[in-house]
Amino acid sequence: MNRGNASLANLLPGALGIAAATAFLILFLSVESQAGIAALLLGGAAVVVATARFGGIARMRRSFAGDEGAMNLVVVAAALVLTGFFYEDHFTLLLVATVMIYMVAALGLTVQFGYAGVLNFAGAAFFGIGCYTAAVLTKNTALPHVLVLLAGGVMAALIGTLLLLPVLRTRGHYSAVVTIAFTLLFKTFLEVNDTLGGPQGLRVDGMNLFGWRFNDNIEIGETLEISFFANYVIGSLILLAIAFAFVRRLERSWTGLNLDAVRLDETAAACFGYNISRWKITAFTIGNFLAGLAGAIYAMMLGFIAPTNFTFGDSLILVSIVLLGGIGNPWGIAVATTIVIVLPEKLQIIQEYRFLLYASMVILILLFRPLGLLPRPLRSYVPGWQPK
Amino acid sequence: MSGTAQDLLAARSLTKRFGGLVALEGLDLEARRNEVLGLIGPNGSGKTTFFNVVTGIYAADGGEVTFGRDTITNLSAQAVYHAGIARTFQRSRLMLELSIFDNIMVGNHRRLNQGLWFNLARRGAFRQEFEDSFEQARKLVKVFDPPLADRMFEPIGGFPMIDRRRIEICRALISHPQLLLLDEPSAGMTHEETTQLMDDILEVRNTFEDLTIIIIEHEMGVIERITNRCVVLNFGRKICEGTYQEVAADPLVQEAYLGIE
Ligand SMILES: Nc1ncnc2c1ncn2[C@@H]1O[C@H](COP(=O)(O)OP(=O)(O)OP(=O)(O)O)[C@@H](O)[C@H]1O
Ligand SMILES: [Mg+2]
Repeated sequence: MNRGNASLANLLPGALGIAAATAFLILFLSVESQAGIAALLLGGAAVVVATARFGGIARMRRSFAGDEGAMNLVVVAAALVLTGFFYEDHFTLLLVATVMIYMVAALGLTVQFGYAGVLNFAGAAFFGIGCYTAAVLTKNTALPHVLVLLAGGVMAALIGTLLLLPVLRTRGHYSAVVTIAFTLLFKTFLEVNDTLGGPQGLRVDGMNLFGWRFNDNIEIGETLEISFFANYVIGSLILLAIAFAFVRRLERSWTGLNLDAVRLDETAAACFGYNISRWKITAFTIGNFLAGLAGAIYAMMLGFIAPTNFTFGDSLILVSIVLLGGIGNPWGIAVATTIVIVLPEKLQIIQEYRFLLYASMVILILLFRPLGLLPRPLRSYVPGWQPK
Repeated sequence: MSGTAQDLLAARSLTKRFGGLVALEGLDLEARRNEVLGLIGPNGSGKTTFFNVVTGIYAADGGEVTFGRDTITNLSAQAVYHAGIARTFQRSRLMLELSIFDNIMVGNHRRLNQGLWFNLARRGAFRQEFEDSFEQARKLVKVFDPPLADRMFEPIGGFPMIDRRRIEICRALISHPQLLLLDEPSAGMTHEETTQLMDDILEVRNTFEDLTIIIIEHEMGVIERITNRCVVLNFGRKICEGTYQEVAADPLVQEAYLGIE
């Protein structure tokens, strides 16, 4: 009984933090006036800094470390509350689903860069491969859409193998150059390829999972009509939960250790029997799969895709999310994606300068907080496990 | 001088050049099973290069290396480890942001189940292997320093040099290699710390049944205390070999060390 109370008390800071963040997000998404948004941002930042100053953030971290299962549920509940609040607002729900989808792709990049140290500036291209795979498959085949999602991931992973040789052969920044080149090539390839719609792009069917038609508004009774984007929010949330759990497990295994070792010291790792290529390939492939998977659901949600969605700038967004969040920390990814995707949508002055903003953000982070907003904690192989 | 059944490791006419510089020149060297062999010589005489060539970090330009009955000349670093040779580095190469436990498990690579399916899906079995490995690692660390064994999940970067050296040796020993290569384990430590670490190494040796050690060391006190035999290098060549007393009395060795010791 006592233990139960103790663990409840330990959960409290985390739950309060999530509740406050959710309330803030709801407010932030509701306000329209630019002055109001700016005021909220300043206020929010001040509260976060003050909370950190008085050890609040550390206490929240303890909640998450103490009972992960419960905290995960709290976060899912918060996402549902937020969705419920904006139930008929197409724009906001689209934004929420987009954030979740980007989180999946950014988790992929975390496996590559955060764990194995493989720089990938082609995130948007692999995301795009998932999009186009979904477009082609929904248009030309009757493949069930679960399989279309998987196909998006598999296709991205397969095409990724084209880059394996250059990514593996050399150390350091060469893989950055190769992936940048790939992003540029990918966009050009789409633009000149008529079967893929050329510069005009392609239409994509809405998602239909086992008869659950995502593009229909949800009608409850006579009066209540929920935006169809709520379907995509739920769908993305499910995908995100699976991706999140997967990346977590990966990190908490010998595989996770191997990826870290390969990133930190290839020579030492080789002296302890590591097949360096094997682990880089594993990370690169898993990461591209997640990006492609995210792309597939994104395309079905938008209903329309074009080459301009997959520029080098979009790849940079993904990289800046990974750097900002806290390299290798999935919760950091969640926070960073929200900031990076939502901010320019709400603050119109930023829109035009968004890439400038991302670039300066990355530089500031690297200078002043190289571990990111939420630095990655040490690996615990079995959550809650204690020696003896 | 040819290798015998007693020899665990034997190098024959081993040569390594870096451009015009000959770091190893026709080196013949053997380590007998279960001995502690000291590898000494002035700075730049090729000691570390010998380790690097044996462990596959550099390819030899000539000669061969045998380990037990196998020829391991120019095998990859990966293959050399799987054959049963583990090492430490002169400039400690731990992964500083990882925990003590993680660092030791890096050395346990060949004994852990590396299958993706096992690691991701069979969490019950994984947990068992994790707990077993933890017990083994803790027992090993305890031999060196009991308090350290209670801090297995702290990042190694926060520990002093002597603890790092200890953990680096644990990382090399955890997979039960037949041959352990120690490259100046006392570098960067005080005299007392060195004595302490050597006690630890001697103690560990007794707990392993089949373990041969080659140790590079500048501190002659250490060499005298823990080695059975010594090989002295100068300019990439072997200039003397024998017990510590024998090599210390050799005029060539005294000349090579003039001004150094
Ligand atoms: N990677 C390399 N490239 C070029 N020269 C090298 C390289 N590694 C070693 N050398 C040279 O080879 C020679 C032998 O070096 P080595 O590191 O084996 O000496 P050592 O006996 O270990 O010396 P110390 O006692 O200082 O560690 C030195 O002259 C060194 O400068
Ligand atoms: Mg050396």
